Parts: sequence; structure tokens; C-alpha cells
Amino acid sequence: MARIVVDVMLKPEILDPQGKAIANELPRIGLSNFTDVRQGKRFELTVEGEVTEELLAQARQAAEELLSNPVIEDVVNVAALED
Amino acid sequence: MAESLAASEVPLVGDFSQSTPNPALADVRVGVITFPGTLDDRDASRAVRLAGGTPLPLWHDEADLHKVDAVIVPGGFSYGDYLRAGAIAAKAPVMSKVVEAASAADNPLPVLGICNGFQILTETHLLPGSMIKNDHRKFICRDQTLRVETNQTSWTGDFAAGQEIVVPLKNQDGQYVADPKTLEALEAEGRVVFRYVDVNPNGSRNDIAGICNERGNVVGLMPHPEHAVEPGFGPSSSGFGTVGLRGGADGLGVFTSLLNQLVKA
Repeated sequence: MARIVVDVMLKPEILDPQGKAIANELPRIGLSNFTDVRQGKRFELTVEGEVTEELLAQARQAAEELLSNPVIEDVVNVAALED
Repeated sequence: MAESLAASEVPLVGDFSQSTPNPALADVRVGVITFPGTLDDRDASRAVRLAGGTPLPLWHDEADLHKVDAVIVPGGFSYGDYLRAGAIAAKAPVMSKVVEAASAADNPLPVLGICNGFQILTETHLLPGSMIKNDHRKFICRDQTLRVETNQTSWTGDFAAGQEIVVPLKNQDGQYVADPKTLEALEAEGRVVFRYVDVNPNGSRNDIAGICNERGNVVGLMPHPEHAVEPGFGPSSSGFGTVGLRGGADGLGVFTSLLNQLVKA
């Protein structure tokens, strides 16, 4: 069993209220050096056996057609994750 | 009570006998889809009934529209807004049939998406753009004035272009966004159907509250016309003049527009 990781982020120009809320919270735990926070999504797709090029291609298709919405999000990473 | 009424037949509130719609409209069957997490399916069905039509419940998991004449994708939180609002519902079996029928070359199916239903329609690509979190980051619930920008759609024919209406607005992910090219096309082609008046409650681009597809048979909007269809249960204001407490029923015109168009056709 192996896993493929897909990372999705809101496009830079799209407001990220959750990231903003987190950024506002950081000073409260004594961390004031972070000027901005953007929150994204990480998906882990588990496959039987090894991660092949074909499976990576399918993961990219999943990323484009379901895991992200190209109007507001970018797929920033699709990669095999070794256990 | 000799005959048992189907759940969809039982009014939640209100008295259906008080409206006097055209009896011919009852032949129009409007499907109302229920997904897991849908909230406003009953209200949408009630709105169809009050407008004089016949609502028919449709189930998300069934790839069959049961020969309805139009479909409403109602509001709520389908699949708990998992992944993105509307993203999972957009892939439901019933939606594949909606997309097919709404895109048909002849007699395209009229489809109305309200709130989460609008989000679902953008995720199916029947409508362009997307909805993101309100710019002020809070859930919002208010009676909202809208301007009906065009009556050249399946769902706004009974209004005059420029007519203002008041209906409830309640959402968290209500900020309409699209790339500049799409926005330009929507404006140039007269496909902005509803626009927020006085205040932009969520940061939507160009104050857009609702849009339609190229042919005007598919309309999506964020506010809730189905919550303003019966005096006594609506907003306390109206775009048509002074109304009494909770007397606003401006949303009914959305549903009568559809029925009248289909009966005329």
C-alpha cells in the first residue's frame, strides 16, 4: 500500500477567511512574526502496491475534476508519499 | 382523515386555499431535489404549490427526473459542505440527469438553484463562477433588497426589468466570484439576473446575487425567494410598496414566472 498526496490551495487572489482568523490568533499564543496565513487542503489517496505513473495521472485527474475547483483553487502538489 | 397524504402534500404552515392561482398551472410539475443535508426543499415545494404548480420530490441518488417540467435545486448544506459547498452534490446521480436535460438542444429544462443549489449549479458548470466565504467572515441572515435585472429568463418573466424585490438572504459562502473575462461576458450578455441593492452583503463581484446561463433556462441565486411567498411568513418589506408585518411575498413571482412561461409555451 502506498499513498499519493494532493495539495490544494485557494488561488492567491481569493480571500481566505480561515487563514485570516488563524493569523489573528497567532499573536495570542505569543507568535507575532507571521504576517499572513493561508490555509489549504491536503488529500491522501491510498492505492494498492506501488505508485505508478498511471496512478499519478489518475490522481491528477481527481485533483482537477473533484478535489479542486479551478475557479477558486490551484492544485499545488501531486506526489507519491513513501510510507 | 381517510386518505393519507404524502409527506410532500402536508403543508408545514399556512393555508394553501388563500391563494387563487390559475388552475391550468397545476399541470406544471416541478421537481424539487433533496440531498443529504438539504434544508429548504419543503419551502421550495410549498412555494411551487402556492404559485399554483405541482411540486414533486426528487431524490439525489436516483438518476431519474420522472418527466418533470422544471427542477429546483434548493438550499441547505448538502453533504455538510464537505470538500466545497455543493461539490459532492454536483456529482450525484440526479444531477447528471439535470445537466443533461438543462443542456438539451430542444426544450432545455428550466432549472433554479437557490443558495446551496446555486453553488451546486456552479460545481456542475451549468453556471460559471463560484461562491466563497462572505468577505466579512460571518454567517449572514437578513431581508435583502434585490433588483431584477432581466426578465428574459425562465424564472423572472413575471417581473419588469429593474423591479426591486425583498427576500431573505442567509448564507456563509455567499461571495460570488468569477474571473474578469467571465464577469464581463455576464454583464455584456445580460446574464446578471439579480443584483444586490443598497448594500453588498457578502463582497460578491459586481454586486451579483444571481445569474443565468446563455439561454436563460438555468438561473442560480444566493438569496431565498421561496422564503417570501406568503403574507404572514415573509419579510416585513416589499419592493412593490408598503406591506404589513411579515407581509412580503415578493419571491412568489419567481415561481409564477416559471409556471406562466410553461403554460404559455
